[in-house]
Parts: sequence; structure tokens; C-alpha cells
Amino acid sequence: MSTVSSTIPEAKPNYLTSDFSIKSWLLTTDHKRIGILYLISISLMFLLGGILAGLIRLELLTPTGDVFQPENYNKIFTMHGVVMIFFFLIPSIPATLGNFLIPLMIGARDLAFPRINLLSWYIYLVGGVLTLSAMALGGVDTGWTFYTPYSSTYSNTYVMLTALGVFVSGFSSILTGLNFIVTIHRMRAPGLTWFRLPLFVWGHYATSLIMILGTPVVAVTILLVALERGLRIGFFDPALGGDPVLFQHLFWFYSHPAVYIMILPGMGVQSELIAAMSRKKVFGYEVVAISSVAIAVIGFLVWGHHMFVSSQSWYAGLVFSFLSFLVAVPSAIKVFNWTATLYRGSNAFLTPMLYAYGFIGLFTIGGLTGLFLSAMGLDVHMHDTYFVVAHFHYVMVGGAIMAFLGGLHFWWPKMTGRMYYEPLARLSAVLIFVGFNLTFFPQFILGYLGMPRRYHAYPEEFQVLNVLSTAGATVLAIGYLFPATYLLYSLFKGEKAPANPWNAKGLEWEQAPSPPPTFNFDHTPEVHEPAYAYAPEKEKEVVHS
Amino acid sequence: MSTHSVTAGNPAAVLHHFDTAEQQRDAATLGMWLFLITEVMFFGGFFTAYICYRHYYYDAFVAASHTLNIPLGAFNTAVLICSSLTMAMAVHSAQLGQRKKIVTYLLLTMLLGATFLGVKTIEYADKFEHHHVPGPNFSFPGVENAQLFFSLYFGMTGLHAAHMVVGIGVMIPMLLAAMKGKYTSDYYTPVENFGLYWHFVDIVWIFLFPLLYLLGGHLTPGGGAHH
Repeated sequence: MSTVSSTIPEAKPNYLTSDFSIKSWLLTTDHKRIGILYLISISLMFLLGGILAGLIRLELLTPTGDVFQPENYNKIFTMHGVVMIFFFLIPSIPATLGNFLIPLMIGARDLAFPRINLLSWYIYLVGGVLTLSAMALGGVDTGWTFYTPYSSTYSNTYVMLTALGVFVSGFSSILTGLNFIVTIHRMRAPGLTWFRLPLFVWGHYATSLIMILGTPVVAVTILLVALERGLRIGFFDPALGGDPVLFQHLFWFYSHPAVYIMILPGMGVQSELIAAMSRKKVFGYEVVAISSVAIAVIGFLVWGHHMFVSSQSWYAGLVFSFLSFLVAVPSAIKVFNWTATLYRGSNAFLTPMLYAYGFIGLFTIGGLTGLFLSAMGLDVHMHDTYFVVAHFHYVMVGGAIMAFLGGLHFWWPKMTGRMYYEPLARLSAVLIFVGFNLTFFPQFILGYLGMPRRYHAYPEEFQVLNVLSTAGATVLAIGYLFPATYLLYSLFKGEKAPANPWNAKGLEWEQAPSPPPTFNFDHTPEVHEPAYAYAPEKEKEVVHS
Repeated sequence: MSTHSVTAGNPAAVLHHFDTAEQQRDAATLGMWLFLITEVMFFGGFFTAYICYRHYYYDAFVAASHTLNIPLGAFNTAVLICSSLTMAMAVHSAQLGQRKKIVTYLLLTMLLGATFLGVKTIEYADKFEHHHVPGPNFSFPGVENAQLFFSLYFGMTGLHAAHMVVGIGVMIPMLLAAMKGKYTSDYYTPVENFGLYWHFVDIVWIFLFPLLYLLGGHLTPGGGAHH
């Protein structure tokens, strides 16, 4: 086996220093620069969505609706959902870390379609500007789900403009997914077989499948709502013979798989962090890889569990309930295998690993409470309560955002060439974990006790738990401000990062300097070993060199 | 865009991040097929709505589909199938690098596409005249829920027509490039992949025509026949 870390050339211009002009950034086709552009955009969106979340928690501090008018409260939670889901969570890991790392991990000089990659960022921007302008004009109050007939007939807010923004940004997601699939199929370095790919790449492959199969369906659904609202061509309006439940079917056909768009890349990050920080091959690598695809496939067959209390037939409900239990199996396999990887590993307590630990615990809670909700009988009780809110925030914030932050810290040295300040980073990881649980755990209890979602006032007996939740949100917000500060600070004052600060496996660490040059590698790398070959495997894996 | 050729012996058209022209062509073709899959899913929403509402309002759908002009629809089907043939000939000519033939066949394809859209305009105009356009002026006496059929008719054929317009639009720069002799037997991927798109749009029509015009055509409207 050849050790390659010593052959990395130094002091050549990297992708950041090759050209400093604004134009070179705005017209770049370099996947790494586009990843950075996306990182800036989604961070701003996260800030906006976070402020809106803060306003929600502020209103819910007291039982009476004393901060906002009910209609304004409706707008705030709607815009929080729209911004966080369509403009932060869906592009978060794929468009930033995925964009940056997939070519590096598979030994390619760029994604298959660099110009389409740049186009996807501009489409995202156009969608973002449309949706934000709807907010600036007065907002939208339909909930992020745009349920008909409220969205198509009754709401007097900027539904069309917001929906247009979501429609447009969907195409950026489709283009990203298409680009990733073609890249992973056609651009792998010699010797990099499918079962040698890092699990991060497998996770993104599965994500991309959902992006290209699901997103067009929500696009056409929005188009139908637009035709109904704009031209009074009825598709869902009962007055015109339409069926509002058809909207729900079409909407959730995309929007349930979309939650896997949000979590699968995070699971990919998680596998990388755990392997590198425990210095072990991921336990049951092949099964973890296949489970990503299994989640993507089964995930398309469970949408009806959002509709147990709609007019959906009893038998359909039973099937959807069963399939929803089934989709938990591949997710559970991943959690078991990460845990098994940690067993007898040389586990480091560095920041990325703290986030990885947090992910395992929080995703487990989020996943198991998902089983409560996919049980038909129990869901009738919990439907539209804070239990649902807590469940998906455990998966989305406790899972996806934890993974995003863990990954961002892990690859920060590679992306920027700088180290962040470790003690502060560890402190904020703990702060985020504590703040998160304090915010959302009380919401499980609130929901179980029957507090409904989407109301700006609630009975007094729920106040204690709501105060806890708001206090937690404050801690969480402060926790998020820390990385925003010290990561930016590290850009200027951070210690220079070596090519492989974690001594990790993978082409991006072993074959490219930090930060990488524009075309990533001087020579197309060749791969001779499986992924995560940390400990020498004595019996097999004969060394050819 | 930047066209640093990395491997000696390749035509300059190989972009910097590909090793070989073959890899580049394979990537483009796979990308096109994936794009077509997204298109299938996009139209799929409309087809789902069609299936549901046809099931709900069978009699209304039979009655409403009787107002469509089957001879014009059949003529348009023939026009589109011919345009697929000319498109296939254009691809074939591109693979052989026959500049004049590519131009001729692309022009013919555009002409047939425009013919289709022209006929469609006549059909749409007829619907306006008879108040069969969904909206406040809609009227279809004696049949409830016929409006849904026409909503789907306009939605589906409208989306299809939009794809035709985009297709004809894309053919203009392709035609200019073909005139300049850009496509050779070494480099014809754009023509080939555009051909895939054009055939896809044709196939959508092959489904739309029987679903909207023909199904239930042998039944008497309002005759109470049921499936």
C-alpha cells in the first residue's frame, strides 16, 4: 500500500487564492466555490428562519396571545417553515458539503455539469428572492404545506408569490440531484468501485434519487394550485367538483420523501465522522450503504401517514402505517451500525464527534417518536399536536442540523485551510445539545397532553412547559451564535490547517491539500483499498503495490 | 467555457474535468435520461389527477370528451410521429456529420412542430367559442363536473404545448450551430440528446390523445353506461 500523504505539493494557489475578483466568484464553475456560495446563502436563510422561530417562542411564552395578532402569528410560523424547509434544510448539506466534497471524495476534478451547478445556485437565489419579497410585502399564512382549498381559494395573503419561489427553488434541487447522480456514476476515479465509495457519497446518491423523482411532483402540484388560484381552473376546489385530498396526496408524495432529502445527507456525514473519529471501518459498511437507498425507495411509499385523519380509506391507512414502520428498519440499521462502530473504537472527543454523539441520541428519539405517529390509532390522538412538532424537530434539528454542524467543523480545515478554536467549539456543541433538548423535549409532553400546533394562545396549564421551551430556544440561539462567530474568526486568525488534520482516510484528506487547488488533484487518483481502511485488516485485503 | 484539454489526442470539445470524449458523452446522455425521468414525474401529477377524476365523474368525462375534434387530434398525432422521424433522421445525419442534411431535417422537425401548435390553436379557439374554457364563462348544459375534464384538457395539452414551444426554441441555436458545421461524427451529443427530449414530448402526446379524445368515444354521452 502506498502512503500518499507525503506527496502533497505545498504553496501552490488553491481554489480560494487563484482569483480574488468578484466576477471570478459570481461566474465560477468550480464546485468548491459554488459550495461556498451556497453556504453563505443558506446560512443567511437559517438566520432568518431562526429569528422567525424566536418570534414563535416569544409569543408562546405566555398563554394569552399578547405579542402578535393571530393572523400575524400564522404568517410567522408559515414563513419559519417555508424558509427552513425549502431554503435551508433541503439544500443545506447537499448543496454545501455535498457540492464541495463529492468530486473530492471520488477523485474527480469537478461535478459532471459545472455550469448547471452554478445555474442551480442562481435558480435558488431567484426562488429565495421571490419568497422573501412575498414576506416583505406582507407574508403568507397557509402553513408551509399550502393545503387547499385554503391556499387556492380563501387565503388573502401572498400565496402565489411564495409558492412561485418554492416552485423555482425546486428546480435548483432537481439540478443538484441530477448532477450528483451523473457524477457518481461517471466520474469515479479508477479503482473506486461502488462498495469502496465513502458512505457520504452513498447518502447523497440516495438523496439525489429523491430529488429527481419527488421534486417534479411538488412542482406540478404547485402549478395546479396556481392555475386554480390564478385562473379559477378548479382542480382541488370542491365547488368545482375537485377533491382537496388529492392535493394532500400529491403534496405528501414529495414532501414526505423530502424529509429524507433532509436527513440522508446528514446520515452520510455521520458515517464519515464516526469512522474518522473512532478510527474504525464503519461496521457493516455494505448494509449501511444499501440502507440509504432502501430509505429512499421505501420513503416513497409512506406518504399516507400524514393523512390518517383525512378521508383516506381505512385500508389505505393500514398499509401506509405498516410501510411507515418498515422505513424505520433501515434507519435503525444505521444507528445500530454506528453504535457498533464506536464499540472498542479509539473514540476522540473532538467537536465533530460531539455532534455525532448528539446525532445518535437525538435521531433515535426523533425516529422512535416517528413510530408513535405512524401507528394509526395513536396518531389520531397526536395528530396536529406539539408531539408532531417535537418529533420532526428532533429529526430535522437534532438530526440534520447536528450533522450539518458536525460536518462543517470536520471539513472546515479542508474548505478554508484554517483550524477553528477547539475548546470554544466543544463548549458550543454542548450548549446546542442542552438548548435543543430544553426547547423540544417539553413539546413532546405538551403534545401528548393535547396542546395543538399553530395557535398563538393556549390554556394556562401548559405555561410551565412552554416557558421551559422558550428558555431552551434562547440557549439554542446563543449556541448557534458561537460557531457563527468563531468559524468566521478562524478565517482570519485561525491556525493554518494541514492537509489531513484528523489523520482521516479518504481522497479529500489524503490526496488533496487544504484548501484544494481549483482542479482538486494534480493527477487523477487511483484507489486500491476499501473505504475507512483504518486498522489494517490482517486476514484479507492483500497489499498490492 | 474553459476548454483545457487534458489528454492529448482529444478534440478541443472535451471539457477540463473529463478525461475522455467518451466519458463526457456518457455523462451528458445519462444526464438527459435523468432529466426525462423528472419530466415523467412532472406530467405524472396531471395523469394522477386525470385518473382520479375520470373515476369520480365517468359520465361527465365521456360527454366532455365527445366535444373534442378527433380528426384534428388524429392529424396532429400523425404530424408528431412524422416529426419524430425527421428528428431521428437529423440525429442520424449528425452522427455521419452531414451538415446539409442536419439542417434540412431540423428545419422539417421545426415545421412539423409548428404545424402541431397551429392545429392546437384552432382547437383551443373552438373551445373558447363554445364556452368550454374553465372559468366564470364556462357552460356545459346538462352535465355536472364537465369543467374538471376541460381543466385537465387545458392543463395537460397546455403543458405539452409549452414543451413543444421550448423544443422549437432550443432547435433555433442548434440549427445555427449545425449551419456552421459544429456537429461532426466526433461531436453530435447535443443533437442526439435533444432528439431524446423531442421523442419524449411526442410520447406524452401518444398518451394524451387516447386518454382525452378516444377513451369512451364509442359510448353515447349521457347514456348512463358505466365501467
